[in-house]
Amino acid sequence: MNFERIQEKLEILADAAKYDVSCSSSGGNRKNKGGLGDSHASGICHTYTEDGRCVSLLKILLTNHCIYDCAYCVSRKTNDVKRAAFTVEEVVDLTISFYRRNYIEGLFLSSGIFKDSDTTMERLVRVAKKLRLEHNFNGYIHLKSIPGASDELMKEAGLYADRLSINIEIPTEKGLKLLAPDKSHSEMIKPMSFVKNELILYKEEKKIFRKVPRFAPAGQSTQMIVGATNETDLKIIKVADHFYQNFNLKRVYYSGYVPVLEDSRLPSIHSQVPMQRENRLYQADWLMRFYGFEASEILDPEQPFLDLEVDPKLAWALRHREQFPVNINTASREMILRVPGIGTKSAGKILMARKFQKLGMDQLRKMGVAVNRTKYFVEFESSNVFSKFIDDQNLRKILLSGMSSKYQNPFSQQLTLF
Amino acid sequence: MTTLVYDGSFEGLMTAVFEVFEYRYGVARIIGEENHQHHAFFDEVHHVSTDNSKADRVIQKLETGLGRSGVRQLLLVYLSERQDAGDLILAAVRQSVKNPGADILQNFGDSDIMEIAKICKSMSREIHRLHAFVRFEELEDGMFFAKVEPDFNVLPVGFRFFKDRYADQKWMIYDLKRQFGIMYDLKDTTFFYPDAGQLDRLRNPDNLYSEREKKYQKLWQRYFTKTNITERKNMKLHTQHVPKRYWKYLTEKG
Repeated sequence: MNFERIQEKLEILADAAKYDVSCSSSGGNRKNKGGLGDSHASGICHTYTEDGRCVSLLKILLTNHCIYDCAYCVSRKTNDVKRAAFTVEEVVDLTISFYRRNYIEGLFLSSGIFKDSDTTMERLVRVAKKLRLEHNFNGYIHLKSIPGASDELMKEAGLYADRLSINIEIPTEKGLKLLAPDKSHSEMIKPMSFVKNELILYKEEKKIFRKVPRFAPAGQSTQMIVGATNETDLKIIKVADHFYQNFNLKRVYYSGYVPVLEDSRLPSIHSQVPMQRENRLYQADWLMRFYGFEASEILDPEQPFLDLEVDPKLAWALRHREQFPVNINTASREMILRVPGIGTKSAGKILMARKFQKLGMDQLRKMGVAVNRTKYFVEFESSNVFSKFIDDQNLRKILLSGMSSKYQNPFSQQLTLF
Repeated sequence: MTTLVYDGSFEGLMTAVFEVFEYRYGVARIIGEENHQHHAFFDEVHHVSTDNSKADRVIQKLETGLGRSGVRQLLLVYLSERQDAGDLILAAVRQSVKNPGADILQNFGDSDIMEIAKICKSMSREIHRLHAFVRFEELEDGMFFAKVEPDFNVLPVGFRFFKDRYADQKWMIYDLKRQFGIMYDLKDTTFFYPDAGQLDRLRNPDNLYSEREKKYQKLWQRYFTKTNITERKNMKLHTQHVPKRYWKYLTEKG
């Protein structure tokens, strides 16, 4: 191995892949039978970059040569960057060597489209196949499907990869046409539908035959870039909901646009990464997946943007005072989950603990509930002095004064009196 | 009040629990030998001699009451090395005996049980960090070696993960703080307690590395640097996820 050359390629192809956020390794459960690797349903983050994002997979491009010219992408054809390409063997060796040292959970492999969709997809599949069949590798493999790839290749990809994904990139077709004239949503959706149907097929066959080759056991995911075009949060949430409902997606990722290229169609190179907006979108996504919220409850056409000051659950509670206070000792799980400051884990603890004894504020605090928010929205058998605030016009202000945001601007001119 | 002093082993602790009931001590404390000298000047002291059959009877009783996962939680409390571990475990056993058929470890409104839940949570976090932050280094003889220094004694409950994952490579994980390790020889895992000479080599294995080891480390370091998005730099979040005390064994921080 020529380590110097490999290092150079790794630097180029990791740098080009870093904007892809769909890097979790959850949902796989590949048991190891004497070979290398084992995937747990929950996955493990092995380290974190200085930007605070987790590293669980070796996330690289096979090549950054690309025939497309998408405005938001650093690997676009007309961008003047160093190009490189890994061989299949090099990617396999890096994956195995990193895995053996416990640096990673597996591989996330994406690619620039270097000749046509199928040639590129075939090369990605070959890496996964070699890892599984020749190296008996049971770690996690996530392949980025190439828009326009044929069904046969998608089928094969699903046999060796744990997860497949296609980035929808821009939430609206119009935005996509503007920034990625060579791409269309329909081309992205075609392989997505194929994967969805294969997953359904697998489930049905599994009921009849015991030994059906597994197909993408960790399902499929997608990613949207946020803030490159002027779509609303409502639009983004609706698109995500559409994918959850119709394509059985495991995850939708939101990626705040990082300005890397000068282009009149894009926000200026000096604009800020919309990290707070991205954070609120993830919170809204969580509400849909784990808290029983409908997309339409989170935002409506009159208010199409998420409140940046308060999280979407608190925002919902402030709009729906009539639902509160919630009695912690008697309310349904569904309603307890809607109380600001109570997460799924605390909700579980509350439901268990109240079988043994009546709960009060003190116990909630000990369970790790964010009492500074929760206290205004709950009631107990004993009195709760804070529950009277629920009808107070200024509740929002009162709540905000008791919270500090991690996104608060340290250079803010605004001074507080106390 | 009676203070029961045990030898520091889990079986010893379980024997102590047994004897609290055997001798019908009303108010009692259970404390490990290593912590004993700081306490209990005025108390009546009962020295427990570890008896595996008594310990087994307690464990079996707990298994019927709290299930295997309940026993595991109490084991985690013991491995947390907290001084009050014995007292918390005794409190849980007393509750379990008083409420047969109820999973009293879910009585989160009770402050002892909540404390146990908290310890289990921080133990799980530490086990998770063991799984995440172990960095193996390949030695000349093909063995993959890692040094760790966890906050709590998590290696005994955390090593299975590596056995499942690295079935086809020899490995060894050594706890520098507690001076024992676990090694896997492609068949079994065994505890080992190195002598002074071995210890010295384990602390400084630099000349034992395989030829390519440093090269892969360099590749990993470069990858780690390049996958970062500088426009999004957030060191507060970074150190929250990767506390600084772990850095010295992380290859990417080398």
